[in-house]
Amino acid sequence: MDDKNKQTKRSLSGLEVKPVYTPDDLANTDFARDLSQPGEFPFTRGPYPNMYRGRLWTRRQIAGFGTAQATNERYRFLLDHGQNGISTDFDHPTLTGYDSDHELAEGEVGRLGVAIDSVRDMDDLFLDIPLDEVSVSLTINHPAIVLMGMFLSVSEKRGVDWRKLRGTVQNDSLKEFHGQKTFALGPGPSLKLTTDIVEFCTNHVPNWYTISISGYHIRESGSDAVQELAFTIAQGMAYVESALERGLLVDSFAPRLSFFFGCHNDVFEEVAKYRAARRMWARIMKDRYKAGKPESMRLRFHTQTLGSTLMRQDPQNNIARGTLQALAAVLGGTQSLHVSGFDEAFDIPSEEAMRMSLATQLILSHESGVTNTVDPLAGSYFVESMTNDIEDAAWEYISKIEALGSGEYPMKTGILSAIDTGYIELEIARSAYEYQLRIESGEQVVVGLNQYQSEGSQKLELFQFDPEEEEWQKGRLAETRGRRSPADVKSALSSLNQAARDDKNLMPPVLEAVGVLASEGEILDTLRDVYGEYVDPGVF
Amino acid sequence: MATQPSNIKILLAKLGLDGHDRGIKVIARAMRDAGMEVVYMGMRVTPDQVAQTALQEDVDVVGISILSGAHMRLIPRLTKALRERGIADDTILMVGGTIPEDDVEPLEKMGVRGVFPVGSFTTSMTEFIIENVSRGRSTPQA
Repeated sequence: MDDKNKQTKRSLSGLEVKPVYTPDDLANTDFARDLSQPGEFPFTRGPYPNMYRGRLWTRRQIAGFGTAQATNERYRFLLDHGQNGISTDFDHPTLTGYDSDHELAEGEVGRLGVAIDSVRDMDDLFLDIPLDEVSVSLTINHPAIVLMGMFLSVSEKRGVDWRKLRGTVQNDSLKEFHGQKTFALGPGPSLKLTTDIVEFCTNHVPNWYTISISGYHIRESGSDAVQELAFTIAQGMAYVESALERGLLVDSFAPRLSFFFGCHNDVFEEVAKYRAARRMWARIMKDRYKAGKPESMRLRFHTQTLGSTLMRQDPQNNIARGTLQALAAVLGGTQSLHVSGFDEAFDIPSEEAMRMSLATQLILSHESGVTNTVDPLAGSYFVESMTNDIEDAAWEYISKIEALGSGEYPMKTGILSAIDTGYIELEIARSAYEYQLRIESGEQVVVGLNQYQSEGSQKLELFQFDPEEEEWQKGRLAETRGRRSPADVKSALSSLNQAARDDKNLMPPVLEAVGVLASEGEILDTLRDVYGEYVDPGVF
Repeated sequence: MATQPSNIKILLAKLGLDGHDRGIKVIARAMRDAGMEVVYMGMRVTPDQVAQTALQEDVDVVGISILSGAHMRLIPRLTKALRERGIADDTILMVGGTIPEDDVEPLEKMGVRGVFPVGSFTTSMTEFIIENVSRGRSTPQA
């Protein structure tokens, strides 16, 4: 071997990568035990036997901006252009549980997502969209119980049986403290609300996915792939323990948990991450939590290509990045996919960028041939080794979190402690900083940014935000307030307050409150009164 | 003469409800490692809170990160709040985030000294700060 071959190479997340892999690297890997067939325990090779031969992944581009009416138009555009699932993106005020007329909401109403203040806006959002036919993903976390309540209320009003609703609510409250950061309440109370939704849907909305356990935002916050995998699985374990503690049977709720990962540029590391995630989750559910149904053990996930990999320099290069990342997600067996818009380093995506993202998915589906065989990289000495390595590295983190916990539910108590001490946030911040230093030193090449820069840059047609919409939305909220019974609202909010103090499941009183047109901010204010508001500790 | 980083104090904050704090925390670490004194206010603060803290902490630089698209609304409120406290002229205001090219010049006209869109290097920010603080200190105050 020449000198270049002797140098240690590392994956994007720092795992050692050898120049050549051989059967010796898989000496401890047993086909039947560690891989098996697709659709069979431990599901390393995929949750279903025939994967994309049976059904392609769902093309689910997230969208939301301005008012509910404007977003409804975008949904119908996407459905007309090859999309087959809806994913809602809410604006920051909605995500953090503030009404559009709150002081902190200024300039952010409808800006990065759609503004929802009351059940009337939710009704507009899904105008002429059949809720029992299209699967809908509500991307909301700490106020999830309110938005879920509004969605159920609209369904009921339209005569759609809750048992027919297929969709997802993100409802991953724990990751909000170290990824995405749209928190409203502290870790304990927000975990309680997450579990309320799991319990309520298990009993009343049985085909709904109750939590989308999310690594995507952790990765966007700067974690590496190992941390993304580890913290996501750890969060999933905490949710399972919280539901078990509530008295739910594992096989009653576990089949309705799903996952959400990001996808970065290191193709084989990403494929290994997805395969390891499936194997880890299957074993955790079977061995540790004693699940009996295969559906409780098989991990299914949505993927979003990472916005943080998109560059302002030569933005068309981002189409190549999105294609590579989407390919990795498909080779890793994703169930649904969002390809981020190539112009997202400037603003939320233009319609043209979203059309390009959908085309990327369609070309992968129909022209690349990658859908023809299941888990095509299985058996690669390299990919199987990488799958083992990333799993081992993730377990180190999970064990550390478990060691912080105690009692019958150590992952639940452990992760609450890891959040309180800032452990997870600081680990992610460290990775983000180290990655930035590698880019600035030139050690990590980013084409167009620190090497191969081109002269001048092409001007893009960016998304055009309508600044009138904020005022319109505020007017709409005032009008809603005007047409309701103040006594009913007061009574509903007071029932909610009491139910929270009595530690009851809060979905029924929230349904009552949204039904009398209480606003999202008013409902969250009631909860903030009882539980206290979470304030960014500002650690770095 | 160039001011030593150890003699520079910088205030960092995120205005509004925007949760994208990866970049500003990277910058906080980089400025700290460069030797500056860093005060990080965290997220969800108002322009008035930033200006008040800048006054109380007597900082040289205020760095604001906005990836929510609300910069054209929030920055004028911040520059006004700095003016009201009489510290607009000797506070170097920097803004970073998802800022479209077309907004850079209007922001500079509002009084922003440096705009650093996503992808900017921390080393370029350090150089910018040292140069601007040095220039400010070598100019006799009116």
